[in-house]
Amino acid sequence: MGAPTHHEVSFYRKYIWSTDHKIIGLQYGITALIFLLVGFLLMMIMRWQLAYPESAVPLVGSIFGEDGMLLPEIYNSLGAMHGTIMIFLGIVPLAVGAFGNYIVPLQIGAPDMAFPKINAASYWCYFVGGVVMMSSFFTAEGAARSGWTSYPPLADFEVGQTMWLIGMIFLITSSLLGSINFITTIIQLRAPGLTWMRLPFFVWAQFVTSFLLVLAFPPLEAAAVLQLMDRVAGTSFFLPSGLVVSGEVLGVSGGGSPLLWQHLFWFLAHPEVYVLILPAMGIIAEVIANNTRKPLWGYNSLVFAVVFLGFMSFIVWAHHMFITGMGTTMSAFFQTTTMIISIPSIIILSAFFISLWGASIRFNTPMLFALAFLPMFGIGGLTGLPLGFAAADIYLHDTYYVIGHFHYVVAPGTIFGLFAGIYYWYPKITGRKMSELLGKLHFWPSLIFMNGVFMPMFIQGLAGVSRRLWDGGLEYAHASGVLHWNEFMSISAWLLGLAQLPFIFNIFYSLKRGEKVDKNPWGATTLEWTAPSPPLPHVNFEKIPEVHRVAYEYSVPGRKRDFTPQTEPKKG
Amino acid sequence: MDIPYTVEERPDTGLFNAKLGVWLFLASEVMLFGGLFSAYVFLRYGAPVGAFHEWGQELNIPLATLNTLILISSSVTMVMSWASLKLNDFKKYKLYMGLTLLCALGFLIIKYIEYTAKFDHHIYPSTNTFYAIYFTLTGLHGLHIIGGMIVLYYFWIPGSKMWESKPEQFTNRIEIAGLYWHFVDLVWIFLFPVLYLL
Repeated sequence: MGAPTHHEVSFYRKYIWSTDHKIIGLQYGITALIFLLVGFLLMMIMRWQLAYPESAVPLVGSIFGEDGMLLPEIYNSLGAMHGTIMIFLGIVPLAVGAFGNYIVPLQIGAPDMAFPKINAASYWCYFVGGVVMMSSFFTAEGAARSGWTSYPPLADFEVGQTMWLIGMIFLITSSLLGSINFITTIIQLRAPGLTWMRLPFFVWAQFVTSFLLVLAFPPLEAAAVLQLMDRVAGTSFFLPSGLVVSGEVLGVSGGGSPLLWQHLFWFLAHPEVYVLILPAMGIIAEVIANNTRKPLWGYNSLVFAVVFLGFMSFIVWAHHMFITGMGTTMSAFFQTTTMIISIPSIIILSAFFISLWGASIRFNTPMLFALAFLPMFGIGGLTGLPLGFAAADIYLHDTYYVIGHFHYVVAPGTIFGLFAGIYYWYPKITGRKMSELLGKLHFWPSLIFMNGVFMPMFIQGLAGVSRRLWDGGLEYAHASGVLHWNEFMSISAWLLGLAQLPFIFNIFYSLKRGEKVDKNPWGATTLEWTAPSPPLPHVNFEKIPEVHRVAYEYSVPGRKRDFTPQTEPKKG
Repeated sequence: MDIPYTVEERPDTGLFNAKLGVWLFLASEVMLFGGLFSAYVFLRYGAPVGAFHEWGQELNIPLATLNTLILISSSVTMVMSWASLKLNDFKKYKLYMGLTLLCALGFLIIKYIEYTAKFDHHIYPSTNTFYAIYFTLTGLHGLHIIGGMIVLYYFWIPGSKMWESKPEQFTNRIEIAGLYWHFVDLVWIFLFPVLYLL
């Protein structure tokens, strides 16, 4: 054994209060997967209400009252918490906290993150934030019910909202600690020879993501502090003068502006969209390069595109606010920047598509998810363009079209990317492959039912059905022609839930029964595959690797193998 | 295997890890206070003409000027404490760090006097949007001072043992604590004219 010796450490030090980036990554991953499931369950309950508005919810209905009907305020709570949980407690922690923590130090050949204790603090902040969010369900009036966007003054009238804000402050702190750590790690701890343009694309994606988190989250923290002041200190940052609630003028000093919240919120929340998608794109890049057995097409343009995307994402936020009456000059500016930002996204997607050209593709589970990501994200991205033009947005805003658009980006987009990552790196984490059969049982139904859930939303949205309607639009005559889709979407959603069972089973099953593999089962080039599986606690590598090549030397003509690891010295 | 560049600089970046980390943290702090300053601009723009100036007349400019001087002095003593370590003079370090803490305490006491004077005149954050943003900004800045004081106190007494075992790392710690402290000072340099003088 060439490995450095280790003290025996207690269970708590090793798995609970660990400072090892791999354990923290797993903690993040497991917690986030549970939250994703919780967020999905909330949605499955809401889908019952939308499909069968006048009947009691089966199985769980008794929680909501004696007759088992879902009251409007509970429906609103479920909706707000679905968004919050999925974004802030599910996808970001999984994409950045879990994959970033586990994979980035390995891919850059580092022994750990730059600040291991801060890393642990980041996880525990996230954990506390999650606990605060979840416990808000048990307050007298229930959890926050003003959507994940929490627009005041609507958001200013319940206790759950205060807990939502406190939870957000914890989650923001967690993200800040984490992203500062990632940037420092990537800049400082790259292995010898690993220059910037030799970095795997996944590391670049995480790098840009971390910058977005560091710079975009604090304004939301500021906004959360202001809204908290409105609630506990009686200020009126977001409350205009003469605000009338239930027929009475509210007794506040007034003079504030609800638009201020929207600006501060979307200044975060637009970059946040890229926080959700970039890590998934990074994963897709790794999986595609590996399974096409070709170098990633246009690596340099990918890198420049992702950096440009990061910059641009800070100046597009007001395209979420076209209907606030912002004036033509402002909306002309934000329409222009919005169209410009679609260019790097298209470069990235095109580069992935071209990478497939002429390849002898291995259709394993991670690759299937990666291949499905491309058209699904394509639909999500292209349906966003009409929303970027004020003229079209005024019609489509706050309809199901918007819901369909961003769910195509995030659900069959990002989440498929994350699934691909889980199947791809599972052998590195456990030393065993996940079952291919179960993987395919997971993939095909997921692909079909994802589209079953989200495609009809475009139809409903184009017909003008608003989002956030408790009865799904029953009261509106213009909606009557498209409401029959609600049942179809709901059944798709429940079947989509069933389709996740093989995945959950697979995770546990393959832990014990999966095919045992060596360090590099996929024949990959990047550094993480030179470490043992699982990598050594705290040090990862038997010795710090030295890098001699760019990230994706696959199928180089004249070589014996169809891949050349980054650590292999060049001859002569 | 230890994590590299915790103490020594990485040759191609010229930084040790914590220094980069603190600069990134400060960047996020700029965005935090930047968000709040934008809120100030937004609210001032939305208020009746001259209202913000008029509401601000209640503020005590002489006390705030004194506080500005105290905080700038604390930044100077902070640099001196770091320079003393670089010159291997641990006693001077203790003196200057103590002075820094004293200045910080003085700042908080004056702030306390200002706050209570406002409360005595029934001026609260809920009075109007100017005092809302005034109390939020100065309160958050005060929390930053308190947080900084806890760290500086740790380096002054309990954590200063590290000077014996790892002098270089200890000096680095004082340097990055100083970076934070100067930032908090700088925030006040913006707060003072914006809130008191405009």
